[in-house]
Amino acid sequence: MTTTTLNRRNFLASSAAIAGGFSLGFGVPFSRAEAQTGVQEINAWVVIHPDDKVVIRIARSEMGQGTLTGLAQLVAEELECDWAKVTTEYPTPGQNLARNRVWGNFSTGGSQGIRQSNQYVRQGGATAREMLIQAAAKEWNVPASECSAANSVITHKGTGKTTTYGKVAAAAAKMEPPKDVKLKDAKDWKIAGKGLKRLDTRDKLTGAQLYGIDLKLPNMLTATIRDTPVNGGKLKSFDAAKVEKMPGVKKVVAIDGRAVAVVANSYWQARTALAALPVEWDPGPGGSVSSSDIAAMLAEGLNATQAFVGNQAGDAKGAIDKAAKKIEAVYSYPYQNHATMEPMNCTALWTPDKCEAWGPTQNGEAALAATAEAAGLPVNKCDFRKTLLGGGFGRRGRSDYVRQAVLIAKEMPGTPIKLIWSREEDMTHCTFHPIMACKLTGGIDAAGNIAGLHVRLSGQSILAGLLPQNLQNGMDPVVFQGFNNGGTESAYGYNIDNLLVDHAMRNPHVLPGFWRGVNTNQNAIFMECFMDELAEAAGQDPLEFRRKMLKPRHLRVLNAAVEKAGWGKAPAGVHQGLAQIMGYGSYVAAVAEVSVSDAGQLKIHRIVAATDCGHAVNPAQIERQIAGSFVYGLSAALYGECTVKDGAIEQTNFDTYNVMRMDEMPKVESVIVPSGDFWGGVGEPTIAVAAPAVLNAIYRATGKRIRTLPVMNHDLRKA
Amino acid sequence: MVAVTVNGKIYNTNADPRTPLLWVLRDDLGLTGTKYGCGVAQCGSCTVHIDGVVNRSCRVPLNAVGRRKVTTIEGLAQGGTLTKVQQAWLDNDVPQCGYCQSGMIMAAAALLKTTPKPTDEEIDAAMTNICRCGTYQQIRAAIHDAAKG
Repeated sequence: MTTTTLNRRNFLASSAAIAGGFSLGFGVPFSRAEAQTGVQEINAWVVIHPDDKVVIRIARSEMGQGTLTGLAQLVAEELECDWAKVTTEYPTPGQNLARNRVWGNFSTGGSQGIRQSNQYVRQGGATAREMLIQAAAKEWNVPASECSAANSVITHKGTGKTTTYGKVAAAAAKMEPPKDVKLKDAKDWKIAGKGLKRLDTRDKLTGAQLYGIDLKLPNMLTATIRDTPVNGGKLKSFDAAKVEKMPGVKKVVAIDGRAVAVVANSYWQARTALAALPVEWDPGPGGSVSSSDIAAMLAEGLNATQAFVGNQAGDAKGAIDKAAKKIEAVYSYPYQNHATMEPMNCTALWTPDKCEAWGPTQNGEAALAATAEAAGLPVNKCDFRKTLLGGGFGRRGRSDYVRQAVLIAKEMPGTPIKLIWSREEDMTHCTFHPIMACKLTGGIDAAGNIAGLHVRLSGQSILAGLLPQNLQNGMDPVVFQGFNNGGTESAYGYNIDNLLVDHAMRNPHVLPGFWRGVNTNQNAIFMECFMDELAEAAGQDPLEFRRKMLKPRHLRVLNAAVEKAGWGKAPAGVHQGLAQIMGYGSYVAAVAEVSVSDAGQLKIHRIVAATDCGHAVNPAQIERQIAGSFVYGLSAALYGECTVKDGAIEQTNFDTYNVMRMDEMPKVESVIVPSGDFWGGVGEPTIAVAAPAVLNAIYRATGKRIRTLPVMNHDLRKA
Repeated sequence: MVAVTVNGKIYNTNADPRTPLLWVLRDDLGLTGTKYGCGVAQCGSCTVHIDGVVNRSCRVPLNAVGRRKVTTIEGLAQGGTLTKVQQAWLDNDVPQCGYCQSGMIMAAAALLKTTPKPTDEEIDAAMTNICRCGTYQQIRAAIHDAAKG
């Protein structure tokens, strides 16, 4: 056993070594740094080392969804490199700007990593391959057309000569990139399309993986913050003198007139001082609002005259009026927190002439813009370095915590500041899943078919809260996610002749935001649960009722799910429910099997989930995203609810904001049925079917329709 | 100065004795593999072993540790060789974002020590940590694999 006495000096020395990987020569373009080490950039996407190691650059953020691995598979497939030699790295958003956005969009949301960038990353790999082949051909003085590449080795057909990527990389970098490269047909894939293991696992098993919250820089101080408890409120006053003498405290800083931060030597010191800091708030107009006020606001919208029409076909109201049978139901969906496991954090170093920040973000370019704006410096004097994310789920698309960190750092020029939010701050200052109520009115004709359907949404618009410039004549098109009739993004999938979907926008003061699955989550509950209600009104099996109306791609996926599940063949005492939708470009369906005990205890036994995401780039990771979607979606359905009292969110930690744990995890069986002619997303679509499949099964188990989420607020004992 | 034994080393730290062990590990000892998730012993991201027993280090003040031996995620693999649990995690490609996995692995390691062949029910009872990505299914498979090996 050895004894180590920690003093500031050796602590900082080791910290600097850790941070080294995150602070590669500020502003130095890759190519110059690489020239010194013999490491060669072939093009923006591909870097080759003399020992044949391949570094693939990935612009999208890794937050668990496996995009580093999936995108690397696509590049490597075209590059024809040895997969065992592949690693990945992030370019910085500053480098992207400096190079005319060569890596395209950094934003990582909407399940678009692979579906939006597959074309250009594959071209990047193919272009690099052609340059490597050309370099070898030139060295051998043979036509490039007589050479081929596989597994990082280039071979000349005629002579049998071979060389490796590492040997020709320097020459290849000087070749003219070919203008047109032909991409492989998916049926010829060897690396893509395979369920390969992730590239980023090992360090996550030993504690070696650094997240933003783990960063250490020389002389770094740690800050923690308290923002106005009521969105729209202001910081009225605080008494810094009360805490300035506390151990380790360096500074107390007001931020944007709405938040106050304490900077100290360590997090615990900062947190302890912040807890002791007397603060007075001006809550603003939101301070008088509680959940019941918001519910009343939404209830009024359900019957309001004015509403934005999102989708319309035929004459829904007329058809419903004339229908043989009319049914109506009101559903509602609460605010929810993303609750990423890693709380919000960001590290920043500001000096009068430059500013650098580090941290977890889903949108590197937005984080850089926020850095520059807060720093008061031109963007080319700033950069943002992304860390791996301890969860994102949409929360880290917003850069509020980046701005805060930079503003604090600006108060202490030359000292790196790591801002860490407490879990309590994180729980109460999210961009919350928007709250929504929905009234559905349906008519059934004499033949037992849907004569007409009116879906009235009433609730909050994310765009109005976050991106008002994206509203279209006041309307938020994102509200209708999943209520589109066709298209390539999201659709309900039924042929219904008379349909009206409209939205009475009601925006409480609580800040809404994008939350994994976004509006497909509640819209799929409204549509798919009401579809079961309509089937029952028509006296039909929910599956057969849907089959009559479903469009072919939707039907194919639903059939895949029910066949694997054995629809109607659940064990005694176990009840099934189903749901389907197309979201984020992918067709998904699920069958849930549940039981409810006499005491009202719900058990979700088994889920069968089918997905057609077009091309399945990594089926093993798709399975994990599907299984994870049920944990996220069912945590929301069972427990997810943020309530408002006096303008503030009441839930402050996992003891009041419960989530699903291991003992509630159903067995999830995935059925991946890629049709191979499009690129669909994977991270989000399945969440939408998790809740409605389970809710429909709960009805069959108990006779109770749960129309107000979450389930925990209901007594599930048989009606 | 307070002395604390972590992963076989005795550290002397100037941290306030009331500081939770989690923050001593992270901020004073530089052992950042142990994660902050909630601070109220709910999520288990900060799970460590104290004399071999699972503890949520966010609620263990430094002065309560005394002479007991603390093991963190950094103390599992020796000389680059993964333990059976870590290897099973690797084989099953368990982590997604990975943030909760230090705590999950520490909880699983302790479970397997007391219960070498756990049933699903025993796994459910012992593994109460939170994972938001939803890796529970792979965690269960990895624990069963580690129990086999």
